[in-house]
Amino acid sequence: MSRYVLKRLVMLIPVLIGVTFLVYFIISLSPGDTAAMLAGEDADAATIEALRHELGLDQPVIVQYAKYMLNLLQGDMGNSYKTGRPVTNMIVSCFPNTAKLAFWSILVAVGIALPIGVISATKQYSMFDNVGMVVALIGVATPNFWLGLMMIILFSLNLGWLPSGGNKGWSSYIMPAITLGTGDAALITRMTRSSMLEVIRADYIRTARAKGVPENKVVYQHALRNALIPVVTAIGLQFGSLLGGATLTETVFAWPGIGRSTVDSIKTKDTTQVLGNIVVLTITFSCVNLLVDILYAFIDPRIKAQYKK
Amino acid sequence: MAQKNPKDLILDIKDLVIHYETDDGTVEAVNGIDIQLEYGKTLGLVGETGSGKTTTALSVLRLVPDPPGVIKNGSIFLDGKDIMNLPQKELEAVRGHLASMIFQDPMTSLNPVFTVGDQISEVIALHENCSKAEADQKAGDMLEVVGIPRERFGEYPHQFSGGMKQRVVIAMALACNPKLLLADEPTTALDVTIQAQVLETMKGLREKYGSAMIMITHDLGIIAEVCDEVSVVYAGQIVEHGTLVDVFNHTRHPYTEGLFGSLPNIEIKRNRLSPIPGLMPDPTDLPKGCCFAPRCKYATPECEKARPGKKWLSDTHYVRCSRYDEPNFKIEREDQ
Repeated sequence: MSRYVLKRLVMLIPVLIGVTFLVYFIISLSPGDTAAMLAGEDADAATIEALRHELGLDQPVIVQYAKYMLNLLQGDMGNSYKTGRPVTNMIVSCFPNTAKLAFWSILVAVGIALPIGVISATKQYSMFDNVGMVVALIGVATPNFWLGLMMIILFSLNLGWLPSGGNKGWSSYIMPAITLGTGDAALITRMTRSSMLEVIRADYIRTARAKGVPENKVVYQHALRNALIPVVTAIGLQFGSLLGGATLTETVFAWPGIGRSTVDSIKTKDTTQVLGNIVVLTITFSCVNLLVDILYAFIDPRIKAQYKK
Repeated sequence: MAQKNPKDLILDIKDLVIHYETDDGTVEAVNGIDIQLEYGKTLGLVGETGSGKTTTALSVLRLVPDPPGVIKNGSIFLDGKDIMNLPQKELEAVRGHLASMIFQDPMTSLNPVFTVGDQISEVIALHENCSKAEADQKAGDMLEVVGIPRERFGEYPHQFSGGMKQRVVIAMALACNPKLLLADEPTTALDVTIQAQVLETMKGLREKYGSAMIMITHDLGIIAEVCDEVSVVYAGQIVEHGTLVDVFNHTRHPYTEGLFGSLPNIEIKRNRLSPIPGLMPDPTDLPKGCCFAPRCKYATPECEKARPGKKWLSDTHYVRCSRYDEPNFKIEREDQ
């Protein structure tokens, strides 16, 4: 098992190289002159050139990238072009906000999705199932930012119950967590339902019933655990992307998180900050996926046996 | 005709009718089956795939999947309990305790995420008033009874072979000493040498615990080996019923004759087996008259007019065949 984990961590290195390489080049191709933007509107050509040289932007992109990677390997993500302060400062201040929001969002999502998915599956084609699935479909189809805006109009502007943006304590979490959570819940609900539907017809479920296992234990112990693998995968993917910062929702709610920082940095062509954020995103996303894979082993002994090989 | 004393019956099924109502039509799976089984006796249900044997067995524990399965008619009394009108909680107390079931495919009938020991001990903990430790202890004993070392308690189904898994299923079914064991083709999915082993294990255990058993199979050899009585099922009806001797040595129904005709016989020299021509009728569209008539070499136009009723030939033996209304009618198969 620990060998498997180690193998997966080593595999993270090529992933990181690939991701940073792609992002670096895409940003360098995007229009706009970083040096000119940083120097300000009144700066003359000489000042801009000097700044360009100072930042190393006059060198070929591949050289810039190589230098960046060398520094990154030593743990140095460089300084933000915009603020001049280390990129890590921004990440350290933003990431906890994103992580906390991600945690509450996924809690909302799982809290809604698991019970609805399971009940829908056990009462297939019932009123509950039909209504639940239509609501889930609407949930999947509703853009998060739109739902967020509508909630701001209703609860902040009209009713004045909740703050419309920023992080001012627990009440600030409610709207963004519901916005993100319901969107994810829709997907997880459908995943839970279809996975449960497959399992509930399995022979071993009939065996459990034939043993006299009470129906709720049949569903929540015998069936759910077998249906959990695709559900946990979906939860993991959603949680991973939430940890990387939900750019749209964070922007709508002016949430001081990684997602909004990334959007702001892209606007100002703050390449180093964007890269730093994306490196963090890649690492957290991969780690969450690894955790999910480890979780598989605890859910299904057959997968554990495979990991040992 | 002989009516058995209801007090002696572990299982009393009367006029059971079960349909599967699907979008493509109504499948008439069971069409008026009667079973009277005494304590400690073994009944063989023999018939082709799709003749309604499994549905009948499932109905005893009310496990017919609903939807689409609907029990249209009939009564089921298990050890005096009215299964058709039992509340869910009492039904759960019956399942696995008073009667338990062994399923056809051991590869899929064990839960892959629980250890085999836990799956056996679960049924004990459910029905016997004992601690988890005692249940585990007894589950270990049951493993040894079916010939699996106790040390394998903590292993998962995927670590066992097919025959071993079926032993686990048998251990699970017998863990609470049920009065009735429903064995649904318990050896069909196993290869021949393992079949014999599993069958021996089951026979030994049945004698040890004195359980009654319904053995569902399409293997007449197994019937001959383990059963006291035989019901031959065709298109959801029992077409011939009697003791083992009645059905095997004094065969009367043309369908039963056909079943024996399709068996290889070492004593009679012939070049080919004589299979029954044709196929089972479509269960969504059963004929009005005798369901076997379209394939029956003795059939007359009369046979296609009405379903034949029970014709009692002795105290223990009946057939559903209207040709026996004629005094001199005989099938070709000789009494053995």
